[in-house]
Amino acid sequence: MEQPKEVITFDPNEFVLMDLNQLPSRLLENAVNEFAKLPGIGKKTALRLVLHLLNQSETDTMQFTKTIEEMKKQVKTCNKCHNISEDELCSICSNPNRDNSVICVVESIKEVIAIENTSQYKGLYHVLGGRISPMDGIGPKDLNIESLIERTTKEPIHEMILALSTTMEGDTTSFYIYRKLSSSNVVLSTLARGISVGDELEYADEITLGRSLVNRIPYHGK
Amino acid sequence: MFLQHLSLVNFKNYGGLEVELSSKINCFTGNNGVGKTNILDAIYYLSFCKSFLSNNDAVNIKHGDALFVVEGRYQVNDSQELIYCGFETGKRKRFKRNKKEYEKLADHIGLIPLVMISPYDINLITGGSDERRKFVDGIISQFDREYLFDLQRYNRVLAQRNFLLKQYGKTGYIDDSVLDIYDEELVETGQQIHIKREDFVSRMKPVFQQYFTHISKGRETVSLIYNSGLSNQNFREQLQSSRDKDKQARFSTVGIHKDDLDFMLGDFAMRRLGSQGQQKSYLVALKLAQFEFIYQQCGFKPLLLLDDVFDKLDSDRVEQIIMLVAQNNFGQIFITDTNPQRIHQVLSQIEGEYYHYHVSPNQLERVYETI
Ligand SMILES: [Zn+2]
Repeated sequence: MEQPKEVITFDPNEFVLMDLNQLPSRLLENAVNEFAKLPGIGKKTALRLVLHLLNQSETDTMQFTKTIEEMKKQVKTCNKCHNISEDELCSICSNPNRDNSVICVVESIKEVIAIENTSQYKGLYHVLGGRISPMDGIGPKDLNIESLIERTTKEPIHEMILALSTTMEGDTTSFYIYRKLSSSNVVLSTLARGISVGDELEYADEITLGRSLVNRIPYHGK
Repeated sequence: MFLQHLSLVNFKNYGGLEVELSSKINCFTGNNGVGKTNILDAIYYLSFCKSFLSNNDAVNIKHGDALFVVEGRYQVNDSQELIYCGFETGKRKRFKRNKKEYEKLADHIGLIPLVMISPYDINLITGGSDERRKFVDGIISQFDREYLFDLQRYNRVLAQRNFLLKQYGKTGYIDDSVLDIYDEELVETGQQIHIKREDFVSRMKPVFQQYFTHISKGRETVSLIYNSGLSNQNFREQLQSSRDKDKQARFSTVGIHKDDLDFMLGDFAMRRLGSQGQQKSYLVALKLAQFEFIYQQCGFKPLLLLDDVFDKLDSDRVEQIIMLVAQNNFGQIFITDTNPQRIHQVLSQIEGEYYHYHVSPNQLERVYETI
């Protein structure tokens, strides 16, 4: 008969009170430091997550690390649009039902996911990988702008939607692309800016309200 | 609109203070250091959610205590506004209007317009051009959110453009196509800012000159000139022609960030030739013109605070200033002075309500009132 293994349990609360720089095991400390590198994770949370994994069965924890490893090894970026992909072309670029005459330019993969979730868009994407900001060390050459311009000559693109953030850096990037395409026939558009759906007008900030008035749209009864 | 009642708890040197106020003129006299200015600062707090002396709320708590409260009861047309400001060490500042707490302090600012004239205003004359731009920007953006937005945009673009130029100094490489974009963005926002600054100064100037003439009894002529590179030459062309110069200098050499207000006494700079009395009169006239501008914008008279303005000013000018602000063009006035006789002498000649408080260390006594 097999002897049951000694079960090691930790009370997370006990550790929280400890000096986080003095953990009882170097291995534990390494793991905590790795978790603490993740965005939004502080040392306390990192320790809680590590202790949780330690308390799980070996199978579960291995499954977790294997999933991460596979994701990192197998997920690539799409050759065409720089979206995440498992193949040379992403599932959007390779989908014959998408409208390949429209291309939506976004800063990052996060916006692709957000726009896909609206189910309102059937065209293609192009992920820039950021926005022009010299102070953050990002110039036009650090972004996927050249490949975007190239796509307009190789693909049957009729319209390009600039869906960048409305910050000064987002606007600068849109303006840069607009200039690069000044001699092209591609129709450029940008996301509508104004009052949010469901907003009470009196609570809208004055800039948004002012611009919504200036850029008002025709009303057809619905 | 006027402040009827002011109540202080552990604010600066006051453990507890209740003051009834006149809807016209309120004078606080006493020696230096007895806390006259602190009363005005409390009134300033209720308008701008901060002290006019410091951005650190904690320094306004009475020594040894942990919180202060400033409360004011205002009469606005037929109704009352109860404004509460409380700050406790280590917690956030709380502002309430009629017992309902504000979510953002910014929502309160503007409800009770106020103009303060203090000895610190001298920085407008002796300080750098940024002091004068801040003065102009502060007034315009109170009533024009679009202006504030443009200004913030402009400054952000300028910072990015200057960063590129600085990098050029280190690496010898610069992407001119990005500079082109920044130039366009500077032009778009900068021109709007320029137009509004020009309009502001042209509206202020005649009012200002009229007030100065009154204070100086017409002995001197003064002027206020908006000095901007954008006035004489197209901004876009200027940016283009100074591109090489900017690259050499490693920063942006032209634009509305170089604007200034020239304060003139006759044909000369007030800063160089103005006597102390002339400079003070200039600042008072300028602030009274600011009062007029705010009055026109918001439709009711701001509170007017004159802190220690009469110090080292000849009696002629003091009398002229008091007579001027006591007129009906102005609303509720608060004055501090070290010389009770001087102020009483002038005020006893005028008609209208007037409260005179004598301030001694940590307490207040009403010594005179007329109705
Ligand atoms: Zn793709």
